[in-house]
Amino acid sequence: MELGEQFPRSNTQRPLAIEARGLVKRFGNTLAVDGVDLAVPEGAIYGILGPNGAGKTTTLRMLLGIIDPDAGVRRVFGHDRPHEIARLIGYLPEERGLYPAMKAVEAIAFMGALRGLPLHEGRTRGRELLERHGLGHAADKQIRHLSKGMAQTVQLLGSLVHRPRLAVFDEPFSGLDALNQGKLERMIRGLADEGTTVIFSTHVIAHAERLCEGIAIVAGGKVPFAGDVDVARDRIPPQVRLETRMADGPWRQALPADARHEAKAGGGTFWSFSLPPSGVEPLLRALIEGNAGILSLSIERAGLHDAFVAIAGEAAARALESDSGEGDAR
Amino acid sequence: MSSAARLSLFQAAFVVARRDFVAVLFSRAFFFFLLGPLFPVIVGAMAGSVGVRVAQADHTAIGVAMAPADSTALIAARERLAPRLGNMLPPLAALDAATTDPAAELARPGTQFTAIVGGTLREPVLIGPADSIERWQGPVSLLAAEGLQRGERAFPPVTLSPVATSEAKENTGRIRTAQGAQTLLFLLTMLLAGMVLSNLVEEKGNKVIEILAAAIPMDAVFLGKLFAMLGVSLVGIAVWGAFGAGLFALAGQSLPALPAPAVGWPLFVVLGVAYFAMAYLLLGSIFLAIGAMAATVRDVQTLSMPVTMMQLVVFFFAGYALSQPGSAVEMAAIAFPLSSPFAMIARAAREPELWPHLAALAWQAVAVGLFVRTGANMFRRRVMKSAGPRRGLRTLLAQAFARLRAAGDSVHP
Repeated sequence: MELGEQFPRSNTQRPLAIEARGLVKRFGNTLAVDGVDLAVPEGAIYGILGPNGAGKTTTLRMLLGIIDPDAGVRRVFGHDRPHEIARLIGYLPEERGLYPAMKAVEAIAFMGALRGLPLHEGRTRGRELLERHGLGHAADKQIRHLSKGMAQTVQLLGSLVHRPRLAVFDEPFSGLDALNQGKLERMIRGLADEGTTVIFSTHVIAHAERLCEGIAIVAGGKVPFAGDVDVARDRIPPQVRLETRMADGPWRQALPADARHEAKAGGGTFWSFSLPPSGVEPLLRALIEGNAGILSLSIERAGLHDAFVAIAGEAAARALESDSGEGDAR
Repeated sequence: MSSAARLSLFQAAFVVARRDFVAVLFSRAFFFFLLGPLFPVIVGAMAGSVGVRVAQADHTAIGVAMAPADSTALIAARERLAPRLGNMLPPLAALDAATTDPAAELARPGTQFTAIVGGTLREPVLIGPADSIERWQGPVSLLAAEGLQRGERAFPPVTLSPVATSEAKENTGRIRTAQGAQTLLFLLTMLLAGMVLSNLVEEKGNKVIEILAAAIPMDAVFLGKLFAMLGVSLVGIAVWGAFGAGLFALAGQSLPALPAPAVGWPLFVVLGVAYFAMAYLLLGSIFLAIGAMAATVRDVQTLSMPVTMMQLVVFFFAGYALSQPGSAVEMAAIAFPLSSPFAMIARAAREPELWPHLAALAWQAVAVGLFVRTGANMFRRRVMKSAGPRRGLRTLLAQAFARLRAAGDSVHP
């Protein structure tokens, strides 16, 4: 069967950079990836979100052709053998690896050469990239003499020196301080602005929420959700936060039965509940007519964290939080 | 940038080979690598020098304790025969027969005599340790016979009429050349191919393997690493060769004369380089695969001994085949890829035909390709855990049986 028959064209009509269907990978008795489907449009920033051990890296490695799937098909820019279009792809692996005795600029040029960039061109671009990222002084230093963050930046630049159409980053934010995380976020946005498709894995929801147009949530080797971030968030109805002067009255009939409430210290009551399908207008009318005394009212769209909990389950969310630290995850 | 969407296998291998070659060549370790083989040479030279001194101090003269007339005749006989027989005759020194006690003289510390000849020319008596007197029994008898002639025997002049060579001499000589070339090839391969064992440990240790595997086929990684180490080895051989030639030139000596091989020296050297390269690539591809499976440097070290044994077995097999020219054993040694370069370099010394070499080199190149492909596949499956759907013989047979069963079920519902 032709792959085109298996992958219906995306609704957006944008061509797909990555298509995968039914990817399965087993290591011994462990089922690492169990039937993953993905569709990443060209030019998108796409996140693979899940706790450690969920199957993110294995999925990326299969997409890149580093390992072959036991079952399923994957296609990158229409090719089912990613090595055949290696020049179009840049890859930053989770486990960073550089030759310690190599100079920074040589490491970048070597990584470009592996993707078909002539060595002299790679050196020229390598120096430019290092200058642009504040590492010009380190161009001729050996990797072993660079700090961990600097070496990580060198490797990141090496994965981009040949100007790929698809950049694949496996946990790119891990090991970076907040300043460098911000720089990396700006770099990823810049790549997308230039038309590069960026796909990255992360266990930090905040990065995915800030950057991604689409996400795949991975848990236990499966993908319970893949699609637009907005669609994921819409899986949970918006949350209403209401503050009333009165604690009770006939207007209370208008609130959903599962509305939670909490008495306010100085008088008044807080209410929280999901926005009813009928919308906020009937509720507002009842509150006003019933003299509930509205002190404040807010409607908040569900965050990606709440969507993750709803889609992947509490256990996966707890694992995600313990991997990244609760503050980061939110 | 090249317009192709990926590098070809050989372009990718070249990128890896260039990196490895430069990294090794400009490392401090390479300097010590170059020095390595000089240590045995220095030790050998020192041992040789000591040997020469020992040889110079070796007292092999024979004392002559006869009546003065016999003694003079015997020494004169030696002077006459020495130009014709050279080192076959022992130096002689006269002793006073009346005052010399042979046993005491031989036991005296610092004596220069290894034996003493007494008695008369007609009945010489050789006194000394058993091995010495047995050794000199024949020459002393010859000298005594010549002494009895008192110089009256004439030696007819022998006219020399040289021919280029004799077939027997040629064959013997070429076998020596073949053995020498085989041994040299083996020593160089053993010295150098082992380096490949630990070649992938660095990449596995520093995780670069993930970057390589994502960008280029694993075959290209293996091929690149092999050719890089071959290049390093050839640089080493060139340096050692130049150093050795320089030493010989300084010492004013020529290289030991080996009989010319059947294909002639220039072509023999070219074939030698080609067969060294093939032997290196063949053994290296196996070592690389074995080393790639090893998890740690310690594992690699543990593996090096059985690997050396394997090399020895291959060498002995090729050496044995040399003694059986034209036999099935020689054909087997030529056909078996690992022994093929050794068997073929020996053949180049003995047989002038060139086409077998072209065929053998082509076969060895195919074998290198197969070994590299197999090693890379094993690495992908076992280390990278990239098995993919199994399509082995068992799977194919199982699928065939399943189809047959299904066909049988449809015929006999």
